[in-house]
Order: sequence, then C-alpha cells, then structure tokens
Amino acid sequence: MIYLRLFYEFFKIGLFAIGGGPATLPFLMELAKTSGWYDTKTLTAMIAVSEGTPGPLGINMATYVGFHVGGVWGGITATVALVLPGLVIIILVAKFLALFGKNSMVTAAFYAIRPAVTGLILSAVIGIWQIGVVSAGTLALAAGALALMFFTPLRKLHPLIWLVFGALAGLVFNL
Amino acid sequence: MLYLRLFLAFAKIGVMTFGGGLTMLPLLKREIVDNRGWATEDELLDYYAVGQCTPGIIAVNTSTFIGYKEGGVLGAVAATAGMVTPSVIIITIIAAFLANIMGDGYVERALRGVRAIVCALMGCTVFTLAKKSVKDALCMLLLAAAAATAFFTPFPTVGVVVIAALIGILARRGRA
Repeated sequence: MIYLRLFYEFFKIGLFAIGGGPATLPFLMELAKTSGWYDTKTLTAMIAVSEGTPGPLGINMATYVGFHVGGVWGGITATVALVLPGLVIIILVAKFLALFGKNSMVTAAFYAIRPAVTGLILSAVIGIWQIGVVSAGTLALAAGALALMFFTPLRKLHPLIWLVFGALAGLVFNL
Repeated sequence: MLYLRLFLAFAKIGVMTFGGGLTMLPLLKREIVDNRGWATEDELLDYYAVGQCTPGIIAVNTSTFIGYKEGGVLGAVAATAGMVTPSVIIITIIAAFLANIMGDGYVERALRGVRAIVCALMGCTVFTLAKKSVKDALCMLLLAAAAATAFFTPFPTVGVVVIAALIGILARRGRA
C-alpha cells in the first residue's frame, strides 16, 4: 500500500527533521536510496522547483515527492504526514511553553543537534554537487554563482531569478 | 468566522513565502502583528524560536503556534492547513506539467543549468546554517562527524540526530 508507506516515511521525516526545510534534505536523499521511488537527479529537479515556487521549501519537496510516487493523493498524503508530528508537538509545547523554553536539558540537546544537522545537510549537498556538476561548464556556473551569492550583494536576489538565469545559461551555452 | 480567517491569513502568507523559515518573518510580522494584531512582535519571535527548535518545518510550526493561541486545537489545524494548501496546489500542477516535458532535449539542457544553480543555492544554505550553529570546537567536530557518517556510511539519519542530542545533554547539562 503506497499511501501507507508514504505516510510512514514522511511522518518519520516530520518527526526527526529539526531545523526546517533544508533539514528534510538528508532524509530525502536517504529515502531515494532505500525506496527507489526516485533518484538523486530527480531530487535535484524537485529542489529547483521547490525553491522557485511559493511556499515553504520542506512542504514543496514533500508534495513533489508524494506526487511523483502516488499522484495527487500521494502529494497530499506526504504533506499531511510531514506536518502532523509538528502540529501535535507544537500544541503540547504551547501548553507548556514556560517549562520547555527554560529546560536546560532541551537547550543542551539542541546545542549539539544543530551542528550535527548542518553536517547531515552538508553531506546531502555534496551529493547534489556530484549530480549537478557534470562538466566544466556546470562547474563554472555552480562555483561562479556560489561566489557571487557569497561575496556580493547579489545574495539578496530572489532564488527564482537565479534559477531562470541557470536555465537560460544551460540553453545558450549547452553546459 | 475565526477558523476561516486563520486559514485565509496563512494561505496568503504561504502564497507569498519563498523558501520558508527566516524569509517569512517580515511577512508574518506585517500580516499577523501589524494587520491583524494576533500577536505582538516579541510573541512572534518567541513562537518563531519554538518553531525552530521543534521537529518539522519552521514556517509551518510557527503558523501552528499562532493558530493555537488564537483558536485552540482547531485554530492550529486551520492555520497549518492554510499554510500548506497553496504549496500542495502549486507543486501538484507544476509536477504534472514537468512530468510531460521531461526528456525533451532543450528541457534537459536548461535543467543542467538549473541543477548547477541549485548546487550554489544549497551551498549557500549550508554556509549560513554553519555560521549560526557552530559555536565552539565540539560543534565543529559534531558537524564534521555527522557529515562523514552520512556521506560514507549507511548509518540512518535519524540515528545521527538522536546521538547528537545525547552528546549535547552529556556535554552541556546544567551549563546551558
């Protein structure tokens, strides 16, 4: 039963992806390998669409993967499953906010979870570079864009503009 | 009706947010604090902080929180549904469209450029996250260890998160 499996996988991601949209990426890479539903190349296209369209990155990617696997209902199933753990936890936290915020054990855990999650995302991004950088042209575009985003005011450019620029560069130069 | 207003307010924010997380804070402030008075700016930052350190999508968690404060459990559900509905509709349409044009030579050429840009965008995200999350040598070590584990071994991602939490508690308990 594909919907049940989708629900289980995305519920798990919703429960353990701490740090928002980018934090779901390592889980989606893992899911590509364990489920065989899509490959990492397809995942890169999904990230591009999710970055270039309205809505939170994590939600867009869940809808896209779900749709890819199980059509319209697959997209809805994956999205509902992804937000369900957060919904329940937030309602509980809202009731006990004072306790949660000042709990030193929680603070201590997050102090270590954040850099570890960044490491997981780094590993996923290296995987994406392996997929995206396949020629001298794509290397120049990826490295050049990263340098511009990092060192110049162009970092404030909308992701959609960057993606359109990438598509045009691909069409014109056959990277 | 309160639930409908919550749903529509967050659907509007969902349509106007790109990327999520930090990018939607100014939008939340305008819609929730300035236009509707559902929270003060300080409260909004508290909700956002909680949304950041609870599992799940930060943008969604923040809207769940505001929805709960305004309308209880049903309010939380209405706000969350509002936040994700535009995404589900837009992505479903684009995904269905893209599935039909994949494989075309020109589309494949454009996609090679797009993939290279995704590399740059995600590379930028990692740097930003590292700047925020690495506070000392132990953090640096955890980042490197988690990246190496995920890249070179089939060790489950969930396991890395759980072990990191335990290390944090053992190393910092009582000092935080």
